[in-house]
Amino acid sequence: MPAPLLEISGLTVDLPPGADRPHAVEEVGLALAENEILCVVGESGSGKSVMARSILGLLPPRRLRVSAGRILFKGENLLAASAARLRQIRGGEIAMIFQEPMAALNPLMTIGRQIDEVVATHLNLPRAERRQRALELLRAVHLPDPERIIEAYPHQLSGGQRQRAMIAMALILEPAIIIADEPTTALDVTTQAQILALIRELRQRHRAGILFITHDFGVVAEIADRVAVMQRGRLVEWGTAAQVLNAPRHPYTRALIAAVPNLDPPPPRPYDRDSVLLQIEGLDKAYRSGGGLLGRRQRVVHAARDARLALRRGETLGLVGESGSGKSTLARCILRLVEADRGAIRLDGVDLRRLSRRAMRPWRKRLQMIFQDPFASLNPRARIAETIAAGPMLHGVPRAEAFARARELLGLVGLDPRAADRFPHEFSGGQRQRIGIARALALRPDILVADEPVSALDVSVQGQILELLAQIRERLQLSMLFITHDLRVAAQVCDSIAVMRRGEIVEYGPTAEIFAAPRHPYTRELLAAIPGKAWTKPKTDAVAEEAGSGR
Amino acid sequence: MTARLRFILGRLVQAVPIVLGIIILNFLLLHLAPGDVATVLAGEAGGAPPEYVAQLRHDFGLDQPLWIQLLLYIKNILSLDLGYSFRQSMPVLQLILERLGPTLLLMGTTLLISVGFGVLLGLIAAMRVRRWADTMISILAIIAYATPLFWIGLMLIVLFSIKLDWLPTTGMETVAAFYEGWDRVLDIAWHLVLPALTLSLFYMALYTRLMRAAMLEQAGMEYVTTARAKGLTERRITFRHILRNAFLPVLTIVGVQIGSLLGGSVIVEAVFAWPGLGQLAFQSLFARDFNLLLVIFFLSAGLVVIVNLVVDVIYTLLDPRIEAR
Repeated sequence: MPAPLLEISGLTVDLPPGADRPHAVEEVGLALAENEILCVVGESGSGKSVMARSILGLLPPRRLRVSAGRILFKGENLLAASAARLRQIRGGEIAMIFQEPMAALNPLMTIGRQIDEVVATHLNLPRAERRQRALELLRAVHLPDPERIIEAYPHQLSGGQRQRAMIAMALILEPAIIIADEPTTALDVTTQAQILALIRELRQRHRAGILFITHDFGVVAEIADRVAVMQRGRLVEWGTAAQVLNAPRHPYTRALIAAVPNLDPPPPRPYDRDSVLLQIEGLDKAYRSGGGLLGRRQRVVHAARDARLALRRGETLGLVGESGSGKSTLARCILRLVEADRGAIRLDGVDLRRLSRRAMRPWRKRLQMIFQDPFASLNPRARIAETIAAGPMLHGVPRAEAFARARELLGLVGLDPRAADRFPHEFSGGQRQRIGIARALALRPDILVADEPVSALDVSVQGQILELLAQIRERLQLSMLFITHDLRVAAQVCDSIAVMRRGEIVEYGPTAEIFAAPRHPYTRELLAAIPGKAWTKPKTDAVAEEAGSGR
Repeated sequence: MTARLRFILGRLVQAVPIVLGIIILNFLLLHLAPGDVATVLAGEAGGAPPEYVAQLRHDFGLDQPLWIQLLLYIKNILSLDLGYSFRQSMPVLQLILERLGPTLLLMGTTLLISVGFGVLLGLIAAMRVRRWADTMISILAIIAYATPLFWIGLMLIVLFSIKLDWLPTTGMETVAAFYEGWDRVLDIAWHLVLPALTLSLFYMALYTRLMRAAMLEQAGMEYVTTARAKGLTERRITFRHILRNAFLPVLTIVGVQIGSLLGGSVIVEAVFAWPGLGQLAFQSLFARDFNLLLVIFFLSAGLVVIVNLVVDVIYTLLDPRIEAR
């Protein structure tokens, strides 16, 4: 093995006093060689980002402090480097790419100027030459029409284009090391696949060392040469990608890998295929903006176009698609949180869309929703028992009975019923999502609409919530409309799947059939883009048990 | 550019019903107050027979039903006939034009001082956060923020005019000196110092606090980390990246505050005998000189609408995300 470009040893970063643990990062040692992609994997709070940011001294001052260790870059200790030397290295020799390109770019500055700043800071080149270089690089990261992009502001580009621009900015001085902190997490799956391909291509072309921070084992399988796994600030396992992915040794790694949903759909579940509970016919919804007084051009976005679906008793139907495909809008139209322009929503044969608000009310409790963000969807000032009991009380259940039922439901979703008097902020993300589920169940619905219920959760917690949803739907014979962008999750949870793109359902059928033989080209594109699809997880039966004890 | 022009025209068209609504509302509000100009005139004459008062009312058109008065008034305003101030025995237009200049001068100076120094002080405080300069600025800002306008005005007069005799107490210029040219400009500037300072302090404090908070908030944003990761100096990060982003919320508040600045100028003009619209409004309110008062209100409303439009246009220039549509 060649001499490492970057060598971290004994790195310890202190958390401010009063945090849940003394160190954000504790005695971490890593090495990165040139022409190598090292993936650092971990869940939120594992310290992986803090570790990455401490390399360039980018930790928030006053809150986090490196208290021990060395970070050697080509033999030079960066922790002891002067501010001026550190600035020289930043952007010039070690560059960074961040998770959310919209937030990581200055919204008031053109892409061209933001790229130009890097060059102007580090090299003494005439303006025209700098511009030439930026254009070349924009072309190298496969951005269409670089002349236009260089003049554009961040908000005028798509998410994928922004991340490409960000990568161009990181690459422009051909740094020896690129630190990428979850660079594809905020992107759609097809865009993610393109960005991963781009990063691989650049590694080969520039022979740079790439430190790639991620929480997604699929991405790891797709891109890593070597893998390091972090848990609560400590490095628990490291090795080549093949070793860690296929023969994990540490129980935590095993648990994480076991929690990654399989791509092969499980055998079909039995449910009554003839009793259609909810029928959606020709549902249309368009958003219009602009137009009006001075004859401006109107913009129309079709969020749902002639949508047809049928949900049977006990069935879980997946709505799958990328951001902006209209899957959430369609679900909200079905609940009448958003009014559709046309079409019918038949529940037990009654068209809900024609009902007045008042007439709709008794039907509302039969359709309940679980939201994506477990932090934003619970009232922070209400005790959770109140949140859960509010729905039944609105429908006339006496207060005492509603509260008793709330406690019962907390037990059902795996929380301690004594937690009923606490406030949402006292719970973790996974626990809050359980509360959200209990709230939805309080009205004894027939149909649950779950809008990305596990997308905001860590992979191990995600597994637990999916398991809970599966148990509940068996026990209560629920039908579920399950919205997700994650095809792995869809494969495991859904009996049938509707694939949406730009408001249209392009393919609709049983999950197993869609995964085995996708007919629409877009479905094929989506399936091909799933990260790590070539990776078969190690046999997890034995592993899963061990993971269970580790929770 | 044409899109921006169309935006401005569109906003002006939108402003018409707003201003019209304001006229009607003001008209009705003023007629809720008891008494009219006839009773005031009669009262000042030391009492008058009821026939005389009725005659006055008839002459001024005050004996018509309210809605006819309103319609007549709107018709007059639309034909740019602003009416006659019976109280001051002068056409309203002429009175207003005389007083508009001083008020605009006072407001403009105040705006310049409060925004300029507010932004500057906020910037310094944020760059020296939790050090002595920040603490000093923050304390001063809170004191200025919490002190009533008229009290500051009186205290400044006591200190600078009476005790130290550095600055004039009242008026806009030394009338008796008959200055011409630059001497006159200087003289007016000299008179402007105290009223402008009084009116500015509160807003300056507001913008200082706002700017400091916005700077600190922006400094925590991810794009600042990106800028740092590019190897930029802290100075450049502050001035090229954070400053412009932090100024946007301040600008928003400036737009909203223009209206209350006008309200504040009523007090300041009264304290310093500044011959502006605010003082005129104050006087005409007690004289029940509704014709004049209504036009002042109308003008103020128009001013606020226009300044807001200007602020919005500046906003589209500073923030590419806001389209001038």
